[in-house]
Amino acid sequence: MRRKGVSYAKYGYFFCIPFVLAYLIFSFYPTIYTTVIGFTDLKGIGRTDFNILDNPFRNFEIILKNPSFQKSLGNTAMIWIANFIPQIGLALLLTAWFTSHRRKIKGQGFFKVLFYMPNIITAATIAILFATLFGYPTGPVNSLFQDLGWSDGPIYFLMNKWTARGVIAFIQFWMWYGYTMIVLIAGVLGINPELFEASEIDGATGAQTFFHVTLPNLRTIMLFTLVTSLIGGLQMFDIPKLFQNGGPDSSTLTTSAFIYNQAFSGSYLYNRAAAASMIMFIIIAACSSILFYILRDRDAIKLNKQIKQQQKELRKAEKAARREE
Amino acid sequence: MRHETKISGRLLKIIIYIVCIFLAILSIIPFWIMIMNATRSTFEIQQNAISLLPSKFLQSNIDVLLGKSFNPIVGFINSMIISTGTTLCAVYFSSLTAYGIVAYNWRLRQPFFTFILAIMMIPSQVTAIGFYQFVYKLDMTNNFLPLILPAIAAPPMVFFMRQYLLGMLQIDIVNSGRIDGAGEFYIFNRIILPIMKPAIATQAIFTFVSSWNNLFMPMVLLTNSDKYTMPIMVSLLRGDIYRTEYGAIYLGLTVTVLPLFIVYFLLSKYIIAGVALGGVKE
Repeated sequence: MRRKGVSYAKYGYFFCIPFVLAYLIFSFYPTIYTTVIGFTDLKGIGRTDFNILDNPFRNFEIILKNPSFQKSLGNTAMIWIANFIPQIGLALLLTAWFTSHRRKIKGQGFFKVLFYMPNIITAATIAILFATLFGYPTGPVNSLFQDLGWSDGPIYFLMNKWTARGVIAFIQFWMWYGYTMIVLIAGVLGINPELFEASEIDGATGAQTFFHVTLPNLRTIMLFTLVTSLIGGLQMFDIPKLFQNGGPDSSTLTTSAFIYNQAFSGSYLYNRAAAASMIMFIIIAACSSILFYILRDRDAIKLNKQIKQQQKELRKAEKAARREE
Repeated sequence: MRHETKISGRLLKIIIYIVCIFLAILSIIPFWIMIMNATRSTFEIQQNAISLLPSKFLQSNIDVLLGKSFNPIVGFINSMIISTGTTLCAVYFSSLTAYGIVAYNWRLRQPFFTFILAIMMIPSQVTAIGFYQFVYKLDMTNNFLPLILPAIAAPPMVFFMRQYLLGMLQIDIVNSGRIDGAGEFYIFNRIILPIMKPAIATQAIFTFVSSWNNLFMPMVLLTNSDKYTMPIMVSLLRGDIYRTEYGAIYLGLTVTVLPLFIVYFLLSKYIIAGVALGGVKE
């Protein structure tokens, strides 16, 4: 005998309530609040009361015209690109090496553990460690340069804008290429092995197999890596903030550090910081949707179109046939 | 011809090993120099800042380090409380939400899941100003709860747990629990959670580490030095107080890294497997 009418559906709602509540309180409300603050005169330490400005977009106008903000956008973009291109390049190269069917590379587990290691170490610690390593006049990099005879006296490396930016890009690269490599290797292992067998039977070289079989099949995972890295890169804070506090001459000031400095130092311009946050929000949303659009599965879309086309023709033919009857 | 490719193949293999060993050294060397310098005196470091061998000034560096405002014990305890709380909230409620989505057929199930996918990419940092104002109005700055409770809603983890449950959950187990008269909540806690243990373990490690390393929100909310977390403590090393006490600075950095090293080398196998699993989100 089956019991009738016991519906468990309501538990679906019950079990999701904590998530929804926490989301509404700690994410949704602050998002709306931030947006509203962007249109107000809220500034000054400890202030919480505000009025909507006569010209509500004034903060946005000021931020967009602010040379520091423009510079921080440029810095963020530069540092991210300078870290991401070598990162994905090296990760792809290592993936090709580690997943090759012809060469079995020994000690892969060992290498993976070491390549990934910098990623779990506190970014704040790494920032200060590198600032100390490149220290002036006393620092390991200076010692190395003098031991090797590359320089006569100590060099003030981090006074140079490009060196400072380059070191930050290098830190990001160094912390993340291992992660990207592991993700890509997992992606390759997920590809149907028959594809590799077929290309081997057809006599494809290792490089041909990589470019024509492996890469196209990694598209989704590379999109995932790209989007997550981009979103992470646009929020880069710990390293630029603690490495040289945005210096020298704001050359390593990122947008997150800019927002932090606006809101939590100087004259505590919460409204400007909120406006800048919203601009970043829009940039992040735009970047990820553009990327999704560019890298969407073109083959599947083409196939769909073809099927639709065929159906249309079929219907046309049917109509024509009926008319002839 | 065949012979030639064999030689070039062997050469390539040697190049691969050289590159890999170089990268491995590159991962270790900054930390190695850091740990060695933590045992050396400021004078030794000024003479030559690179040493691959330890010296015998660890004790004097400890004295200098602890003589100022850097307090690793306080930082450690605070970080431990926040990270543990965050991890427990995140894994428990994400599992609960994922189970709610997978096991029950309710009307808003699909829209709710689409909603989770949509908010997955929204970074929390861009809404920090509103969050700070909200917490400040409640007079909850310098309190750990605003850093812990938001973890109850962790969209990427719900997504991960859902994928896992879709593959593992057999509705028969749930039904047999129901026949035995168990309540739905009891079934989740006693039957489902144990099934999800592997997924929970991986997610717990990553949540814990990322919460431990988080600097932005704690730095915004915690202004009282008794409440400082480990990364905020680290940021003190940058200040003027340790200006030329190089040995102490290196020691401070080492102290903050040590717990992570221990955790990493104990769990590296699971962590690497977890990274691989998390990346293939399809």
